[in-house]
Amino acid sequence: MEDMIFYDRLQFAFTITFHYIFPQLTMGLSLMIVYFKWRYLREKKDKYNNAAKFFMKIFAINFTMGVVTGIPMEFQFGTNWAKFSELTGSIIGQTLAMEGMFSFFLESSFLALFIFGEKLMGQKLHFLTGFLVFLGSWASGWFILATNAWMQHPVGYEILDNGKFVLDNFSALFANPWLLPAFLHNQVASVATSSFVVASIGAFYVLRNKNLEYGKLFLKTGVVFGLISSLLLAFPTGDWNAKNVVKYQPATFAAMEGIFETEEAGTEIVLIGQPNMVEKKLDNKIAVPNILSFLTYQDWDKQIKGMDQFEKEELPTNIPALYYAYHIMVGLGTIFIGIMGLAVFFLWRKKIYHIKPLLWTIMFLFPFPYIANITGWYVAELGRQPYLVYGLLKTADGVSPTVSSGNTLFTLLGFVALYMLLGLLFLVLVGKTINQGPKPQTH
Amino acid sequence: MEIFWFIIIAIVLVVFFILDGYDFGVGIIHLFFAKSENDKEVIAKSAGLFWDSNEVWLVVAGGMLFMAFPTFYASVFSGFYLPLIIVLWLVVFRAIGLEFRGQFNYQMWKDMWDKAFGVSSLLLALFFGIALGNIVRGVNLGGVENGVSAYEGHFFFLPLWNSSFSPLSENPGVIDWFTIIIGLITVVTLAIHGANWIVLKTNSSINNQLKKTVFKLNIILAALTIFSIGIWQIVNPNSLDNFIDKPYLIIFPIIYFTGLIGLFFIKKLKKDIHAFIFSTLLILGGITSSLASIFPVILPSTNTVNKSLTIYNTAATEYGLSVAMNWGIVGFILLFVYLIVQKRLMGGKIDKMDYGH
Repeated sequence: MEDMIFYDRLQFAFTITFHYIFPQLTMGLSLMIVYFKWRYLREKKDKYNNAAKFFMKIFAINFTMGVVTGIPMEFQFGTNWAKFSELTGSIIGQTLAMEGMFSFFLESSFLALFIFGEKLMGQKLHFLTGFLVFLGSWASGWFILATNAWMQHPVGYEILDNGKFVLDNFSALFANPWLLPAFLHNQVASVATSSFVVASIGAFYVLRNKNLEYGKLFLKTGVVFGLISSLLLAFPTGDWNAKNVVKYQPATFAAMEGIFETEEAGTEIVLIGQPNMVEKKLDNKIAVPNILSFLTYQDWDKQIKGMDQFEKEELPTNIPALYYAYHIMVGLGTIFIGIMGLAVFFLWRKKIYHIKPLLWTIMFLFPFPYIANITGWYVAELGRQPYLVYGLLKTADGVSPTVSSGNTLFTLLGFVALYMLLGLLFLVLVGKTINQGPKPQTH
Repeated sequence: MEIFWFIIIAIVLVVFFILDGYDFGVGIIHLFFAKSENDKEVIAKSAGLFWDSNEVWLVVAGGMLFMAFPTFYASVFSGFYLPLIIVLWLVVFRAIGLEFRGQFNYQMWKDMWDKAFGVSSLLLALFFGIALGNIVRGVNLGGVENGVSAYEGHFFFLPLWNSSFSPLSENPGVIDWFTIIIGLITVVTLAIHGANWIVLKTNSSINNQLKKTVFKLNIILAALTIFSIGIWQIVNPNSLDNFIDKPYLIIFPIIYFTGLIGLFFIKKLKKDIHAFIFSTLLILGGITSSLASIFPVILPSTNTVNKSLTIYNTAATEYGLSVAMNWGIVGFILLFVYLIVQKRLMGGKIDKMDYGH
């Protein structure tokens, strides 16, 4: 049984981590494509239109990857988490089905139109199709976040005698206090990923002295979007989410912040340190007193519950992993603000294109927002443990009762092999597109 | 309300098999009949331009099944664990084949991905047919052995096959001689459908040859169909009861046979679209007849201990189903609007269209 849950979780974690590489780029990138297309409509400079079309190519590769790795996500609810599906399907099935119907379809139909229909439709309609792709991809995020929000903070349900969760208030699913902060944080994070990627490609062109016009455009747009999104990630969206965690999952908050002991008055904020689960303390800790209480309650001396205040069963199951995921996310977010702040400063001083160390840094920065995004999701998911539906349904009670661990290990290995191949091809394709550059091709 | 959702999901599934069915079929034809590079490219393109918007229908069907019949979704997806995951792998692999063949311009690269596309299309068609065979045959619900259930009565787990390969054994596997026959019927049907699509959408040099191929495949299909109706009686002696009790259900087999007979006249048909419509009727009639034969059951039990799964004992509650109906109708209309817009915009022959994003 233990093995079985472990492999089921590992398979889900692996496939969702791999899947989320793609949507986080497409959601943010669609916004930037709409921006480029809008600039083109206003200023009629070809470079904006070519930029929009170039990034739509990259969008399309990512979208394909997102589709083929996304179908297994939906299927796995049934294949590996059958008990969970049976018990909660009438609720989370609503939001998942709506995602397919309202956003996925919108996105895929209008993506095809955007790519094939520019000449046919004229510029205004072409802009509109781009906008609808953006709308579809963000709606997709909205429905998925609504599903996750219900698991984090269940609302609008009733539990029947046979243990099934059934819906008794549809609109509550979307009025869930967990949803809006989580959605905004997630979307801003995906804008961060895409703007860092855009800036990175820009830096690459500038450093190589190739496609210079586009290099400068991408760099400029990327760092401005990058700074705005990095700031919004910390405040207000990050702050807002942290307050939700304190309110609805206090044990999770104590674990992710690494507060082992409750302090008399104000609680310190931990910057660095390694959780020592035997002695129940942080090793090599560097912390600043009272800051956490201030950030959480705007009160320097307000007490925050530490892990000692909770029963072991209430605490997340893997505290060190949760703690690290959270600190990696927050640490990277802080670094992003610093680097992008510097970049925007030098952009304003008109020196950015000549400061090579900064350009190199921006070029190699692009993997880090992916890491921050994914560790952010780990915080949400590890923080919810040991529950699938917070406080109500344990993860161990959600697995498929008939699928043996041997079968799950077999499929896990298969996914690993297939996704390695997929990842390799993805890199080749994106690399090829970037290398070709945004200049219109003459056939 | 259960019936409403059953019909909606059935429609979405049928549309999925009609749409993605032609690109599976294109893959099968590509594997066996495309010889020159020009044909290979055009034929791959006739699937490559459309597959992703076609597969969206599968995602929607999955989502709606999850919402409306959660117990069925949980039972079937975990019970058919291995074949479903293998199907997922094939879906991924096929997509890679289609998307990557055009990325580098040398023969070895293209040949490699062509084979990936062809073989995975063939296997997918076979597996989807086998799945349909399993649904009408039924499974050993509850994993009953010597009259005792191993799991809750609505759960089960099927091995890929058991040593007897017989649908009549106590614990039949996914693959047995009955489901294989249904799988072969699906392969032949989708090959016909795919060939019709190629003729309709391209100017490939083998279009005339493909019409003859469709004729020959149709003879095989007719033989397999008659054979399968025979063995269906052995596997499930009650399989015709529904049609006798509710004679109006006969419309579904009639649709199937209209398609089957129509395709014998393929050489005389004036327009290519007519052949495609006939093969669409085959798919429509085939799936709906199968579902009608077991309705309201959606997964028969092969033992007497546990009851078959029906649309009634696996559905979500009334409230959930009726709220979903409100957004479901809106969404459903949108789906068809998108479909029509897309097909209009991408109408006509696709030989000259830009492929590869």
